[in-house]
Amino acid sequence: MSTILSFSEIKELRRDFPILEQKVYGNPLVYLDNAATTQKPREVIEKLDLYYKAYNSNVHRGVHHLSQVATDAYEEARKTVAAYIDAGDDKEVIFTKGTTDGINLVASCFGRSFLQAGDSVMITAMEHHSNIVPWQMICEERGATLKVIPFNAFGELELDKMAELLDDSVKLLALTYVSNSLATVNPVKEIIAAAHEKNIPVLLDAAQAVQHMSVSVRALDVDFMVFSGHKIYGPTGIGILYGKQEWLDKLPPYQGGGDMIKTVTLEKTVYNELPFKFEAGTPDISGAIGLAEALKYVRRIGIDRIHATEADLMDYALTRLQTLPGIRIIGQAKQRAGVISFLLGTAHPFDTGELLDKQGIAIRTGHHCCQPVMDIFKIPGTARASFAFYNTHEEIDALVSGLERAAKILL
Amino acid sequence: MATENIDNKSIESAQQEIIDEFAFLTDWMDKYEMIIQMGKELPMIADEYKVPENLIKGCQSQVWLHADFKDGKLFFTADSDALITKGLVALVVRVLSGHTPKEIIASDLHFVDDIGLKSHLSPTRSNGLLSMLKQIKHYAIAFNTLQH
Repeated sequence: MSTILSFSEIKELRRDFPILEQKVYGNPLVYLDNAATTQKPREVIEKLDLYYKAYNSNVHRGVHHLSQVATDAYEEARKTVAAYIDAGDDKEVIFTKGTTDGINLVASCFGRSFLQAGDSVMITAMEHHSNIVPWQMICEERGATLKVIPFNAFGELELDKMAELLDDSVKLLALTYVSNSLATVNPVKEIIAAAHEKNIPVLLDAAQAVQHMSVSVRALDVDFMVFSGHKIYGPTGIGILYGKQEWLDKLPPYQGGGDMIKTVTLEKTVYNELPFKFEAGTPDISGAIGLAEALKYVRRIGIDRIHATEADLMDYALTRLQTLPGIRIIGQAKQRAGVISFLLGTAHPFDTGELLDKQGIAIRTGHHCCQPVMDIFKIPGTARASFAFYNTHEEIDALVSGLERAAKILL
Repeated sequence: MATENIDNKSIESAQQEIIDEFAFLTDWMDKYEMIIQMGKELPMIADEYKVPENLIKGCQSQVWLHADFKDGKLFFTADSDALITKGLVALVVRVLSGHTPKEIIASDLHFVDDIGLKSHLSPTRSNGLLSMLKQIKHYAIAFNTLQH
């Protein structure tokens, strides 16, 4: 069991995040929108700065010195990512624009090769729109259908229903590790094993997982996994697609362009090998290097300590929030991480968020890109507080008093 | 076609009145309490008009807007599912309701900015207010065309 970060350690670590030191509307900023994006430590910001000051150059192209330095740093970043997610081989790590981009890549390439009329793709009812819409699009194109694993009133997947739905028509299962609206941590290892028993590959959306817990693609035996750099203290615009080599080799390229080719004649192009086959055009070089720096930062603190610290914070927040009259927590799974979705009595989440904002407290309100989840609960949306290791008990107290003040006005 | 007089003095004075009412509220929470209070004074939309066709969908909060055209003037009733949005809608209705289409088309709603609520009119805010303003202008343009 990892020990949690002490109060003084958190205070010390907060100094790594310059953005947290400001006041908003005259109040100290309380940033509880980490599921939307996390803040960046100085190391990451300085790494980006250094890249542009010292060795900005295009990768995999030039013979000159700077291009070599940039290429080395970019490929080193790939190694850092591979190590972070415990990939067996660096070439199984593809740099993308983010989670959405990674899912679109797999949906498009897998769909074009493996989906036929009558086939189906399975997702869950708690997916982010980015893990619904790309599948709907490719299913429509290929004449396939979408099957959906439902969840219960607590926000836990109904796995017995999954077993029923997992028939021969299912060609791929795509699901989230951690729900961005309900906080549910899905038992993905079991689910992957169940899918594999029927030779169905699994794509895991780990956008809300990798920053909160240790994730090993090999221990999970997952076929594809995607996440975004900016949700794990890295820059925006960079993300990761992990794919088992056997699968990535089977997929056709996603986009055509430079860097993804071996030879091009006007008649025929021979594609480059992994990972370059899926990285057409000049990649987000600084983003990749910045992401690697963020992962090193996380590794220095220790993901297990981060996990334990955030679990403690989650417990504290749940206990404190439940003291508010009329509060309704949406998503009450036993295994949870990252976020708390709630409604303050009959108050519209927009009003709640607006009044918190003016007290310097940043949360997210709305449907969190999960309209199907909101429809199931018959609510227009929720207010959502989401945590990072740098959040403190005092910030939870500020949230609770902010909500008390909002309740006086709204209820 | 005879030139009509566009009298925007009353729109202007209604805006000034609101600016004055908000002038002494320096605390944001007080300001929002006032806005929510204004929402309670909004002429309620009749249930028969609270239909999907009159719904202006924002990303987060929803606004229903109905326009009546009487004696050459437009009268608005509205509602919203969020209290702050409802208050903002009430302010806009208070300024524009009861004016001719031409006056509404020519109006410049600067009061939202003046009382520090400009961010509510940003397209990314998606609270329905900007869409509602557009809808009001559309009504005004439509009735103006009908008149002639």
